Amino acid sequence: MAYVPLADQDKDMELHHPHSWVTKYVWSQDHKVIAIQYGGTAIAVGLVALVLSMLMRMQLGYPESFDLIDPNAYYQAVTMHGMIMVVYLLTALFLGGFGNYLIPLMVGARDMVFPFLNMLSYWVYLLSVLILMASFFVGGGPTGAGWTLYPPQTAMEGTPGHDMGIVLMLVSLVVFIVAFTMGGLNYVTTVLQYRCRGLTMMRLPLSVWGIFVATVLGLFAFPALLVAGIMMTFDTLLGTSFFMPAVIEAGTALDYDGGSPLLFQHLFWFFGHPEVYIVALPAFGLVSDVISTHARKNIFGYRMMVWAIIAIGGLSFIVWAHHMYVSGMHPYFGFFFATTTLIIAVPTALKVYNWVLTLWEGDIRLNAPMYFAIGFIFTFVHGGLTGLFLGNVVIDLPLSDTYFVVAHFHMVMGVSPVLVLFAAIYHWFPKMSGRMFHEGLAKAHFWCTFLGAYLIYLPMHYLGFLGVPRRYYSLGTTDFIPASAQDLNQVITLAALFVGAAQILFFINIFWSLRNGKKADPNPWGSASLEWQTPDTPPVHGNWGDELPTVYRWAYDYSVPGAHQDFIPMNTPESTEPTAGEDHFDPDHDTSKADL
Amino acid sequence: MSLFKAVTAKPWERKGVIGGLRPEGTFNASPEKVALVVFLVVASVIFSLFSVSYVIRMELPDWTPLAEPTQLWFNTGLLVISSVLFQWARNISKTDSRKNLLTSFIGGGVFALLFIAGQLMTWSSLQASGYYVASNPANSFFYLLTGLHAAHLLGGLWVWSKSSIRLLSGGETKEVRQSIELCTLYWHFLLVIWLLVFAMLSNT
Repeated sequence: MAYVPLADQDKDMELHHPHSWVTKYVWSQDHKVIAIQYGGTAIAVGLVALVLSMLMRMQLGYPESFDLIDPNAYYQAVTMHGMIMVVYLLTALFLGGFGNYLIPLMVGARDMVFPFLNMLSYWVYLLSVLILMASFFVGGGPTGAGWTLYPPQTAMEGTPGHDMGIVLMLVSLVVFIVAFTMGGLNYVTTVLQYRCRGLTMMRLPLSVWGIFVATVLGLFAFPALLVAGIMMTFDTLLGTSFFMPAVIEAGTALDYDGGSPLLFQHLFWFFGHPEVYIVALPAFGLVSDVISTHARKNIFGYRMMVWAIIAIGGLSFIVWAHHMYVSGMHPYFGFFFATTTLIIAVPTALKVYNWVLTLWEGDIRLNAPMYFAIGFIFTFVHGGLTGLFLGNVVIDLPLSDTYFVVAHFHMVMGVSPVLVLFAAIYHWFPKMSGRMFHEGLAKAHFWCTFLGAYLIYLPMHYLGFLGVPRRYYSLGTTDFIPASAQDLNQVITLAALFVGAAQILFFINIFWSLRNGKKADPNPWGSASLEWQTPDTPPVHGNWGDELPTVYRWAYDYSVPGAHQDFIPMNTPESTEPTAGEDHFDPDHDTSKADL
Repeated sequence: MSLFKAVTAKPWERKGVIGGLRPEGTFNASPEKVALVVFLVVASVIFSLFSVSYVIRMELPDWTPLAEPTQLWFNTGLLVISSVLFQWARNISKTDSRKNLLTSFIGGGVFALLFIAGQLMTWSSLQASGYYVASNPANSFFYLLTGLHAAHLLGGLWVWSKSSIRLLSGGETKEVRQSIELCTLYWHFLLVIWLLVFAMLSNT
């Protein structure tokens, strides 16, 4: 079958051109509308998870002060907070939201390859969210087994939500994976097959690279969760013993026999570790573009950045057992996983150096998105450094069940991606809405979030070193924990409530700006990449008017010597490249030479 | 070498249009085919993870091997015929001919349906002899893997039914050519998966 040229997309476009409000905004097949549906749903469900974390913090800071939070409710909050944040917020917002919005615009396509499948992906995702939310309303409530859902405790009487809650969680995950697979096939195929004329893979903005590789990781990693989820559903509903061992509950032996809980842990983390990078790689990509644009400088080491994304993606599949050091394993097995885990620090550190070197001698514009992007470098370095501690078996063993781990993963895959999300939302908001946001409010939002996040998580490292155990509903009185730990817990709780409340600034800013913001310039940041060169702002259905763009250069032509602007859009032909007077011309940077 | 060339390109040096007058995909294939191949990789990952789980679980002491009913050989034959018919339809559709196209394409789907019916009969005979899904992990895996394989086949039959309806209502060969090609690829894939699953289930 020959390749179907892009010209045919116009015909397809006619087929699903919206004719009513419902087909335009509800059953829409336009990737931009679907992106906003995905993003809105993810943020809404993320707010539920945020409220749950506030409840947890209130309990930890002021134990026995709130009747609402009993041990069961606490564990349910822990579980749902974790699962929602990782899967239903971060994965959905980065890939379903930004992936959908940016891929067709950045590769110069009119839409995704399969717009109907794309629409279906969103509605199936919404279904998975609704199933998950339903577990709050069934008898026994949502599962409280922890987001890792380890058997056998998921199915045991003592675990809240061991009957309906866990079933709804598993079904919701399976439905989510179906939705993700539909979206993922679209993202991968669109990047591979629908790039516009002249746009080679190595000319793609790093955002597309990050989202593309993360999607590939997702397509390979989510099956592990699917397999584990299906077998666990069988164990729970049909009484099979894939994972459930022979076990005695309240004096009576259950019907299970001989299953392997460790097998579940392997499957779960074979998904769970790549999942970290499914969230991190799009963040790496987006932040690279934000930093380069606002530093008015090409990204340092573009090829290295691409290779690092691919290397991190590949390595992420052979490190999973570092989550299982405390499960017990052969020492050589632990040695292997500690080694691979530490090796992954190499490409990751390389990316950090390149971001910093991009800033070096750049013409930095400290706009709000840049605040968040630079803030990300700080939080990511801190979260990454504690990862070096935990990657080692001997250090992980004593720290694994303490707040040190909570601090580590919140810094590296909670705060850091969320800062990138804010950077990206502020950065692309003018293109998405056609309006500018309020700069001052956005900066206030940044300082509250950034400093507040440090106030929450830095003390947690210290609590971890003291040996304060995580997952505990209440510390009670223990000899090895000084009373001052409780004071610190109160400080953390106050900081968490403050940061939670500060997010109101973000919502006020977004909703206020949608109506009252200053009309945005089509390219307010002076960005070279393709999504800012659309004929309309916000882009209309079909994105590019009559003719698809042609790309003549990479996405990072900033501050090119001799050019009269400090950026040259990707679709500017080299011959019409506006140049300043000959006296500024630097022969070493003669960009037309290479075209010979 | 072109892959190596691609990833070592220096995009900051080379300006101007790269490639021909029209945009080119990374692969010289329709987007549908690319997406299907990616999906086949995903499905392979799912089945391999089940196989790994099977092997790990098999080594635990409570495992009692299940004697696979001989009917499975008969079912396998049905699936092979189904795949052969699809290949026949594929070969016909390469030309614009319609001769035997309906027989081969619709026949391929019907044999797949017969295969699923055969699997269901195997299930019910196993149930009748007391091999329930929860009585032993070997049984659990048998029902799980055969069920999952059948579910994939049903997904293929949904696409097959859409193309069959188009063919039956007088559609031209070229309208369904791509669909036939992709169905054939998918059927061969599921046949290979079935043979591997069958071999694994039998070797316990």
